[in-house]
Amino acid sequence: MIDVDIEQQLGAFELKVAFRAEAPIVGLFGRSGSGKTSVVNALAGTSRPQRGRIVINGEALFDSARGIDLPPDKRRLGYVFQDGLLFPHLDVEANLRYGLHRAPAAARVIDPAHVIQLLGLKTLLRRLPDKLSGGEKQRVAIGRALLAAPRLLLMDEPLASLDVPRQSEVLRYIEQLRDDLHIPIVYVSHAVAEITRLADTVVVLADGKALAYGPVDEVMGRIDLRPHTGRYESGSVIETVVAAHDLAYGLTTLRFDGGELIVPNVEALVGERVRVRIRARDVSLAVARPAGLSVLNVLPATLAAIATEEGPIVDVQLRVGQLPLLARITRRSVHELALREGQQIYALIKAVSLDRRSVGYA
Amino acid sequence: MPSDMELGIIVLSLKVALVGVACSLPPAIFFAYLLARTNFPGKTLFDAIVHLPLVLPPVVVGFALLLLFGRRGVLGAWLADWFGIVFAFRWTGAALAAAIMGFPLMVRAIRLSIAAIDRRLETVARTLGGSRAWVFASITLPLALPGIVTGALLSFARSLGEFGATITFVSNIPGETETLPLAIYSLVQTPGGDAQAVRLSLFAVVLSIAALIASEWLTRRSRKTAGADDRR
Repeated sequence: MIDVDIEQQLGAFELKVAFRAEAPIVGLFGRSGSGKTSVVNALAGTSRPQRGRIVINGEALFDSARGIDLPPDKRRLGYVFQDGLLFPHLDVEANLRYGLHRAPAAARVIDPAHVIQLLGLKTLLRRLPDKLSGGEKQRVAIGRALLAAPRLLLMDEPLASLDVPRQSEVLRYIEQLRDDLHIPIVYVSHAVAEITRLADTVVVLADGKALAYGPVDEVMGRIDLRPHTGRYESGSVIETVVAAHDLAYGLTTLRFDGGELIVPNVEALVGERVRVRIRARDVSLAVARPAGLSVLNVLPATLAAIATEEGPIVDVQLRVGQLPLLARITRRSVHELALREGQQIYALIKAVSLDRRSVGYA
Repeated sequence: MPSDMELGIIVLSLKVALVGVACSLPPAIFFAYLLARTNFPGKTLFDAIVHLPLVLPPVVVGFALLLLFGRRGVLGAWLADWFGIVFAFRWTGAALAAAIMGFPLMVRAIRLSIAAIDRRLETVARTLGGSRAWVFASITLPLALPGIVTGALLSFARSLGEFGATITFVSNIPGETETLPLAIYSLVQTPGGDAQAVRLSLFAVVLSIAALIASEWLTRRSRKTAGADDRR
């Protein structure tokens, strides 16, 4: 459980953030300048809020009312920076071991060999940081933070300085960490795709305030937060379980609360949990069940809300079973189909629109 | 080959310079860190005071040392009474003069190399559980090593050539405070001493070249260490 309620004046910028989250991965989402890094610095203890408290798993790291302010080395939060920041004069192994013996013995539940194996660092141990690729550096930085036995991993845009192939490589490792080590992660990013793929709970920051926090699919699907979560990026996140593989066609069927979704081959075993992000613009609507159609996914849905916006494009909130799903259509279609709230309709999703980048491992 | 007398002068010069550098290195690192990493009221003035020996005539520095650390000087009398440390007219005084004259050069070089270290490396080390002191010893110091080596050698070279402050503070006492430059100066003043002066000057040249080569070698080595871990 992460409980944050802080106020801090940073020059002309006022940070006033409060949120509570209990989840394996908490996403801290916001545009640049929204105060993400200020929150991270306050968490790590490298800057001190004027007022408030930071409590992690019942332990106060900072509480202005009780006069508690643990120094960074006593907070035990594994801070992973954007650019890795490995110690240039130490080789990979020495970097990894830097924090190893500084955690209290009782807290050292992580086995270094396991982390080295998990992050694929075995062959890199003797190398110096300047001989590593960007992805390798970031993996070492994550391993180094883990070996200090942190209460929490604090990742500040860990993929921002990587190219796309390296990004998915590191993402995959982060997902494995979450499943294997059970260390809570606060993941800071301005990229909706990363947040929705990784986080369970999301906090949306704007202008130094937490606008909303809650389950990812709920918060990121909210129409009123769109100016901050972004129009182009808007979509919905669905938790699914792999139901079957169709080897002949290379397709995978995913089951969720309210229906099934067919997507191109997902590398996961039957029964594994998979998270799918469906972009609003990839969802079409039909008032009757269409026939003679190439679209594989036709889901019965209830129309929950229509955004009241001027302009040619309108976002429509649907419910498929209990799950919220966002569709983006033209205002003309809303009129011509005479769409209204509460109506029973069909959501159409092309399987090809769900590529590898929109399917993650939950 | 140097005669016994010449050898004595060379050894004394080296002793004065080495002791001066060794004793001024810790405070120089401390001041450099203070100037590079902290802000405090009066920092500009403090910076100027550290740099004074670089811009003042050496004779003025020597005279100031005489007033402060002489037998009847404020600090000199106190140090002599309580610790039995005497600077006036001793080789220790020559070492003090050399250290003071080389101090700004040392602080400058170390300060630059500390300022060049990404502060976030120190932040990461703190979040990994390192105390302030441990982070300084394990991250800041090794990364600043090239600057520390450069600073120490600059100060060492400056000390070997120190003349004005030394002769003003501790005078020219053969066997006690007569370093190479002082010995050469007094030989030049003595009729028929030119041949001796030339010999000593040649030794000074050899020493300087040796110091330069050692500096190059150490700098290259410490760069390698700062960029690399060569324990293996």
